[in-house]
Amino acid sequence: MIVRARNVDFYYGAFRALTDVTLDFEKRRVTALIGPSGCGKSTLLRLLNRMNDLIDGTRVEGEILFEGRNIYAPEVDPVEIRQRIGMVFQKPNPFPKSIFDNITFAPKLSGIRDRGEIETLVEGSLRQAVLWDEVKDILGKSAMNLSGGQQQRLCIARALAMKPDVLLMDEPTSALDPISTAKIEELIDSLKKRYTIIIVTHNMQQAARVSEYTGFFYLGKLIEFNATEKIFTNPAMKQTEDYITGRFG
Amino acid sequence: MKWRYFRQSLFFGVVRLSALIITIALLGIIAFLLVNGFKAISMDFFTLPPTDSMTKGGIMPAIVGTFYLTVGAIAVSLPLGVVSAIYLTEYAKQGRFIRIMRIGVNCLAGVPSVVFGLFGLGFFVVFLKFGSSILAGSLTLGILVLPTIIGAAEEALKAVPQTFREASLALGVSKWKTISRIVLPSALPGILTGAILGVGRAAGETAPIMFTAAAFFTAILPKSIFDEVMALPYHIYVLATAGTHIEQTRPLQYGTALVLIALVLGIDLIAIVLRSVVRRKKRW
Ligand SMILES: Nc1ncnc2c1ncn2[C@@H]1O[C@H](COP(=O)(O)OP(=O)(O)O)[C@@H](O)[C@H]1O
Ligand SMILES: [Mg+2]
Repeated sequence: MIVRARNVDFYYGAFRALTDVTLDFEKRRVTALIGPSGCGKSTLLRLLNRMNDLIDGTRVEGEILFEGRNIYAPEVDPVEIRQRIGMVFQKPNPFPKSIFDNITFAPKLSGIRDRGEIETLVEGSLRQAVLWDEVKDILGKSAMNLSGGQQQRLCIARALAMKPDVLLMDEPTSALDPISTAKIEELIDSLKKRYTIIIVTHNMQQAARVSEYTGFFYLGKLIEFNATEKIFTNPAMKQTEDYITGRFG
Repeated sequence: MKWRYFRQSLFFGVVRLSALIITIALLGIIAFLLVNGFKAISMDFFTLPPTDSMTKGGIMPAIVGTFYLTVGAIAVSLPLGVVSAIYLTEYAKQGRFIRIMRIGVNCLAGVPSVVFGLFGLGFFVVFLKFGSSILAGSLTLGILVLPTIIGAAEEALKAVPQTFREASLALGVSKWKTISRIVLPSALPGILTGAILGVGRAAGETAPIMFTAAAFFTAILPKSIFDEVMALPYHIYVLATAGTHIEQTRPLQYGTALVLIALVLGIDLIAIVLRSVVRRKKRW
């Protein structure tokens, strides 16, 4: 278990978005978080790498342990947590820089200077994100010229270049066409050999296709957590069944 | 039906007329200056100092002085304004303290320029003993345009998509590095446009420099930032009010005004071109 949430409550001001969430994420597995819109999936995901720190007036209770250490302990530096727990967003958000600079931006700031090392890193990350063949001749071109699907894979490559242990993905394909979506799903499959992946998705087929574990959320509570196969074939809770059979959500 | 149509065309007519009046006024001023000042414009006008008790010769020292003061005002206000704007938009928790700061900045923008001149005289010239100098004048003008620059920089920073900040922070880049490497470069063209427009205004101000920097007459160019300089707006003021040959120097006055207005419009043009180039290149 690489990441564990222990009795987590989360508040936006006075509004409680998560209630008593306890959930473990297994190393080098894909865990999907599903549930109707507004149930707190993104909130939980952003808690795992302290991105919610950016929002004023929020409050966390309970513990989130990363490799056994509470990431909300006062001595923990969120910057270090985010280097080890990367994130891919719903809308592709490349920097208005070249493809090459998008990848090298964060690694350079974290101290990698050697030209050869940087080039290896760029190629390696782009290969892992299955983008290398498409962009190897246009590395100096602006990332803004890529298609949406390519931009999203670039964002994945950019996250991988920091060599994280965990990759958080918040509906990474919801802004993409079916072909790009299929590419990213394949990519997730190949990445799980090396990374722990936690993916929020709106699309239940996607959860069924890519994940080993699935957590179903409703109104800020974790209703059910189990092996994906179990959730989709034989859910324990009535609410889960209603959701996956499309009776609400 | 007819009545509504009539009302509409009446409304458009009034709008057109207002636009026309403004354009005519602007063109009128320029034409007036051209007609009256054109005779004064020559190569010597740009390259010579005034001669014969300022009734002949050129305005070279005033052009140079205005150039130094303008550059000095930018050098003072740009760093200070950008840092303030970064603090206000990126760091400060939005609350009462920030509201008070904002009101303060807005009040500063509304203070008459002569008050800045008196402040500059009291503080920079006398208290800090800079004397009447480029330094004191630049600082005074710098403070005068500070609210404009803070405002422009805040707008430009707010226009940078939040997703850029999130993308960078999520990679484990610190907040300061995110601001300096991602946010600021994206906002820079907007900041510069605002700064240039602000400085265009400063270049034409008389009151803030007349107690702090401007010399009535000096044929020599400044050697350091502690020297006095002539400046275009003050030169016009002097020729038009204080000389013994007010009527005789009318063409010089208009010529100087023409140069000043060309300078200000030129500065504005740079800002407008910069902005349109950036707008075309911007892709988010
Ligand atoms: N920045 C915010 N401020 C206040 N409330 C928020 C904020 N972000 C999300 N919420 C609320 O928290 C709840 C959970 O949101 P979210 O985690 O985004 O849901 P999901 O990703 O499952 O659609 C929603 O009711 C939403 O309105
Ligand atoms: Mg969401």
